[in-house]
Amino acid sequence: MGFARAINPHPLPLLADTRATKPVPAPSSSSLFLGSTRTLRPTQTRSISSPHRRSAASAVAAKVSDVKLKSTTNLLVTKEEGLEVYEDMILGRVFEDMCAQMYYRGKMFGFVHLYNGQEAVSSGFIKLLKKEDSVVSTYRDHVHALSKGVPARAVMSELFGKTTGCCRGQGGSMHMFSAEHNVLGGFAFIGEGIPVATGAAFTSKYKREVLKEADCDHVTLAFFGDGTANNGQFFECLNMAALWKLPIIFVVENNLWAIGMSHLRATSDPEIWKKGPAFGMPGVHVDGMDVLKVREVAKEAIGRARRGEGPTLVECETYRFRGHSLADPDELRDPDEKARYAARDPITQFKKYLIENKLASEAELKAIEKKIDEVVEEAVEFADESPAPSRSQLLENVFADPRGFGIGPDGRYRCEDPKFTEGTAQV
Amino acid sequence: MWGILRQKAGGVTGLSSQGLGNQMLRLRPVASAMRSYSSATKEMTVRDALNSALDEEMAADPNVFVMGEEVGEYQGAYKITKGLLDKYGPERVVDTPITEAGFAGIGVGSAYHGLRPVIEFMTFNFSMQAIDHVINSAAKSNYMSAGQINVPIVFRGPNGPAAGVGAQHSQCYGAWFGAVPGLKVLVPYSSEDARGLLKAAIRDPDPVVFLENELLYGESFPVSAEVLDSSFCLPIGKAKIEREGKDVTITAFSKMVGYALKAAEILEKDGINAEVINLRSIRPLDRATINASVRKTNRLVTVEEGFPQHGIGAEICASVVEDSFGYLDAPVERIAGADVPTPYAANLERMAFPQIEDIVRAAKRACYRSPMAANAS
Repeated sequence: MGFARAINPHPLPLLADTRATKPVPAPSSSSLFLGSTRTLRPTQTRSISSPHRRSAASAVAAKVSDVKLKSTTNLLVTKEEGLEVYEDMILGRVFEDMCAQMYYRGKMFGFVHLYNGQEAVSSGFIKLLKKEDSVVSTYRDHVHALSKGVPARAVMSELFGKTTGCCRGQGGSMHMFSAEHNVLGGFAFIGEGIPVATGAAFTSKYKREVLKEADCDHVTLAFFGDGTANNGQFFECLNMAALWKLPIIFVVENNLWAIGMSHLRATSDPEIWKKGPAFGMPGVHVDGMDVLKVREVAKEAIGRARRGEGPTLVECETYRFRGHSLADPDELRDPDEKARYAARDPITQFKKYLIENKLASEAELKAIEKKIDEVVEEAVEFADESPAPSRSQLLENVFADPRGFGIGPDGRYRCEDPKFTEGTAQV
Repeated sequence: MWGILRQKAGGVTGLSSQGLGNQMLRLRPVASAMRSYSSATKEMTVRDALNSALDEEMAADPNVFVMGEEVGEYQGAYKITKGLLDKYGPERVVDTPITEAGFAGIGVGSAYHGLRPVIEFMTFNFSMQAIDHVINSAAKSNYMSAGQINVPIVFRGPNGPAAGVGAQHSQCYGAWFGAVPGLKVLVPYSSEDARGLLKAAIRDPDPVVFLENELLYGESFPVSAEVLDSSFCLPIGKAKIEREGKDVTITAFSKMVGYALKAAEILEKDGINAEVINLRSIRPLDRATINASVRKTNRLVTVEEGFPQHGIGAEICASVVEDSFGYLDAPVERIAGADVPTPYAANLERMAFPQIEDIVRAAKRACYRSPMAANAS
């Protein structure tokens, strides 16, 4: 049944699936459950006690896929797509490295959470979206914003706290919003973005059914981590999204660590993808260090959502090379584990793929890296030279209707006083 | 012509004609004279006022939808959304599972994209399960996104104590939500308030917390033709002077306005002419009206049902001390609920919330007509 194949993370059958033009019928919930157990391949050794079991299983998967990909002439990306994805991943990596530099130089402050190592998830998913599709993220949101199209200089200025930032310096590292690119935040609280994303998906359905915008097929992606998968709001939204068949994809970036809390210590059943079928939606596990595998799963999930078949839960096994934030000493993680994942760096893997499959030459890729270096440096210069917000900006944008500040002692609305935002009027 | 006075059910204090307000009681003996006036005034319960406001706003704007527990097939836990499911269908009157955090967040997410949700909390006590979304994703979003994303959402539901519902169902959230920048917090009293403020809230581009009162739902108030018009709207941030006076100012909101009006009548008999202000809006607080009134009367009594510490009375007192200190002839009297979780026993519950006698006593204290009591009640 086409649906069961869709859940199998192995790339080749998926490739065949995406070429299929007939729509996959929505299965009943009983078959969903059967579908999920059918994905447990005998090669996967999933003994919960072993701390290394995860990497062993994915090493097997990676190895298998490498062999298969080399031998096929059906490539998963075209040259243009490949270069676009590569450029996006390089942008994410170089930008985050620059953030670390700037932080230690004192230009950036507060909480900064970097995305190094997880670029495959962001590029794999977001590069398939249209401009009208929405992305909701957590505090680790710089790269999601960049992938969605927010200019690097706008993000860098925001991080420096300058008025030219995407949120005029009022949001900061953890609150990247862009109405133009439909980046709906940037939330500091774990799990907070998931209901908001579900609401954005709800709007998509509402526009189609109530407001009769017949071609509205906007999907929403909600990115969050392994720690969030234990949070109540996550389950509430899995339920409602499946209940109302909302066009949303729940993307779990399982990097195995929530600050210093290992996923295995915090979760009764660490296999997060299993939580999808419990609520009536497909649950998929994918190697999040391989951008092509992520892209294939994303195509399937986004296609499902666009066709109105409902939500999908995608668990991406990935790893963050740096600590939780720039203030995290990162002492609890085993250096062997870090080394193992560093060897599976998504950018190196994809570069190798592009070169071996003759999609790009070393020179072309080097040119892209050079271009991105320049973009990021220019972004830093731009941010440096941008002005800090003026005093009057403090009171701006609290309300869309500033009469919400109420009536002043003279009986008129405070916002009508021309000196109001300058700080000389009474607040 | 007056219709049947609907008594509120289960009222422990037994105030039979609370809803009518001062003028009505005086005019009752001349009801026959009233019949000769034009048919401009008719009676409407607060429940019908809210229902009609929702109905009209949903008809006027297809982006408005209602979401909450039991709002659809059950016709509303307190029947506020009665009839809306039949009229507008299940896509616009959405019954949710018991997931306050989930559906409050869904409301916020849909408001990000321009829909205008009206999220009902069965009581505002349950809003604590969703308070992260009311404050962090609704109130703060316009600011964090520097104006790119505004959130035209309304969170409404009954607030404060009902009758004998116990500690976890009786808290007043006016002070908590009133402290948060980015929110507008409204507290209607009469049907006119309910209609006008709910319409204003739904049309407002910012998040509004709309605190109703369960015991007022069944109260009838007279409404003029202007109020019944579908474009009727009250301004947010303006208090109403329900009763003019010159000796002492009593500020109140929601159910306490009725109590304050009754207290004012009792005080009248003792020669104290009280001015009663119906706040209508906790955030923004109409400090201008309150201060102007205090400058006129020189004495202030604030009444609320919530917990006393960091309450609304505290904020009003601070405002008056800052702006009109020289005009105060007596310390500000604050009347609030007792500093205890609400007890269940009927007599204890009565002691835990302000009653009319308490307001009268406090007003007299402010006017130095009785010896200063050692313990505030």
